[in-house]
Amino acid sequence: MRPSCHNPQDPMDIVVCVKRVPTSDTAVKIAADGKSFDPAGVQYELNAYDEFAIEQALQIKEKLGAGSVTVVTLGPKDAQKELRDALARGADKAVLLVTDKWVFDSWSAATVLANWIKTVPCQLVLCGRQAIDADNNQLPPRLAAMLGFGCVTEVGKLELADGVFTAERDIEGAREVVTCRTPAVISCQKGLNAPRFANLKGIMAAKKKPLDEVQAAMPEAAMVIESMSLPPARAAGRIVGNGADAVPALIAALRNEAKVL
Amino acid sequence: MSQNILVVAEVRGGAVKRPSLEAVAAATRLAARNGGKVIALAVGADLDAACATLATSGAHQVVAAESAALAKFSGDGNARVVAEQARAHGCGAVLMAHTAMGKDLLPRVAALLDTGLVSDVVDVDFANGAYTARKPVFAGKAFVQVRAARSPFVATLRPNNFEPVTGAAAPVSKVAAQAGDLMSVVKEIIAAASDKVPLQEAKVVVAGGRGLKEPQHFKLIEDLAAAFGPGVAAVGASRAVVDAGWRPHGEQVGQTGKVVAPPLYFAIGISGAIQHLAGMRTARTIVAINKDPEAPIFKVADFGIVGDAFEVVPALTEAIRQAMAAR
Ligand SMILES: Cc1cc2nc3c(=O)[nH]c(=O)nc-3n(C[C@H](O)[C@H](O)[C@H](O)COP(=O)(O)OP(=O)(O)OC[C@H]3O[C@@H](n4cnc5c(N)ncnc54)[C@H](O)[C@@H]3O)c2cc1C
Ligand SMILES: Nc1ncnc2c1ncn2[C@@H]1O[C@H](COP(=O)(O)O)[C@@H](O)[C@H]1O
Repeated sequence: MRPSCHNPQDPMDIVVCVKRVPTSDTAVKIAADGKSFDPAGVQYELNAYDEFAIEQALQIKEKLGAGSVTVVTLGPKDAQKELRDALARGADKAVLLVTDKWVFDSWSAATVLANWIKTVPCQLVLCGRQAIDADNNQLPPRLAAMLGFGCVTEVGKLELADGVFTAERDIEGAREVVTCRTPAVISCQKGLNAPRFANLKGIMAAKKKPLDEVQAAMPEAAMVIESMSLPPARAAGRIVGNGADAVPALIAALRNEAKVL
Repeated sequence: MSQNILVVAEVRGGAVKRPSLEAVAAATRLAARNGGKVIALAVGADLDAACATLATSGAHQVVAAESAALAKFSGDGNARVVAEQARAHGCGAVLMAHTAMGKDLLPRVAALLDTGLVSDVVDVDFANGAYTARKPVFAGKAFVQVRAARSPFVATLRPNNFEPVTGAAAPVSKVAAQAGDLMSVVKEIIAAASDKVPLQEAKVVVAGGRGLKEPQHFKLIEDLAAAFGPGVAAVGASRAVVDAGWRPHGEQVGQTGKVVAPPLYFAIGISGAIQHLAGMRTARTIVAINKDPEAPIFKVADFGIVGDAFEVVPALTEAIRQAMAAR
């Protein structure tokens, strides 16, 4: 079945997929099972790229003057905090698909999320380009294939006209311009927009907005983690000297030791 | 299910990109372990030159899936063709390079084949009847070893990590591809200035940070990069200077920028925050120039100079220029 196209005059119902991840400054330690990270002392935050997705959704809704923005996450109950933050920024609704375990396997995550998206009106799914915990960089195009939507990944510039997106993305050594019909999945790269923060009014309003929780039925993983390890530490280096006088010593080290000159 | 391995080639301007040849090489190693055949697949139009390259890349067979409608890449259109070919050849694995195209295409293929995908793979193996792979997580602060529990095994492989090989000329066959009704299509590719080396392909990365004080002082960084000669070095930046608008987003190195692993990396006026280290800690040789001897960047640097970038960098640029001229 071909999904129906978005008519330019219609409002757009937007779903934003977000993930709660360990903060980017986390010093990763391996848990006793040797297969996961040790959660002791780890702080969490909204995945940085998902902030661009939320902002883009709000801007599209503001521009069209109608429609809805629903944020959804597959994650732990504690992710309520990140969802409330998204509501405070301006999203209308939030849905928490609850699972206790760290979400690594994209096949199972996409299965759960796509099944849920199929139950709501949606002509646009916005995602971050990558969740900075598992670094899978694959959920958005997966969702697109499962939903029969168009897709552009790692988008740095996005325009919508007559129900068609024109997106720009960086590829190796060049910039690509891609057109994409709706319904669509767009994954957002840094630089797409400047995410707003929640203000006090937004935080108050968010308390009254709906945040639904549903237990997720996670299938068995397609990619099973057998072990997690830390990379070998870099051998200690050395200070070759102070100021411009140290340049000859550096050149010698690069030539004779590192053999890169 | 046969153990055939499909490798999807990235063809740009009629030529096969090097990371695709690396992926074919990785596939031949797997095939040697499980007795499968490596099938290199090119999708699109005007594929003759690409097929000629693929024929001697170690593959056992080359397939050109031709479609005028796919002369320009379409995520949904190309994915349908690749999934169809994977089924037609009974493939137990589908591989591609982890590039902008691979990241866009292969997850769609994996979804169409209802299976898992492991991305940015640095090592891959086949043992005891199962595929396994190693990939970085948390921007390289840790690695996971995964085992594929569903078939086929789909993976994108990190560029510059597997060496290409050459093989005996493989037979090339052509099939007409059914592109279908396309949702997304590439309209245009705007090439960067031709003298610019892509950050992730550069042999040398010269990165600057907030220690440079003003955007115009990045001239020092550009001059040092230029001293290596044309096509060698690229300029990188810390997030602090990208967010300040001094440098474009494409130059950011780190957890929310690019991950680079060049033979030589210079961090100049960069403190070495954990998010920055995530993007460059696998560079072979790291040089740090910072006026603060306690800066964390010195903990990962092989060679450091404690000093003012405004004094050290011009002297270093001159010395590099002379070293290059003497070669
Ligand atoms: C979610 C998140 C993601 C992030 N992602 C990234 C990322 O991808 N990449 C990234 O880089 N950062 C990232 N950061 C930011 C990171 O935490 C640091 O803030 C940033 O890297 C600092 O940039 P800097 O080293 O240029 O600046 P500073 O930390 O201010 O360091 C400037 C350095 O310059 C030195 N200096 C000053 N004057 C001179 C001089 N005259 N000569 C020589 N040295 C001098 C100082 O001693 C100091 O060490 C991220 C942060 C967050 C929260
Ligand atoms: N568990 C999750 N719940 C909701 N959205 C997710 C989840 N994991 C990933 N995403 C979305 O998919 C994007 C890419 O993630 P990934 O493919 O996992 O790197 C993220 O930036 C999010 O927008």
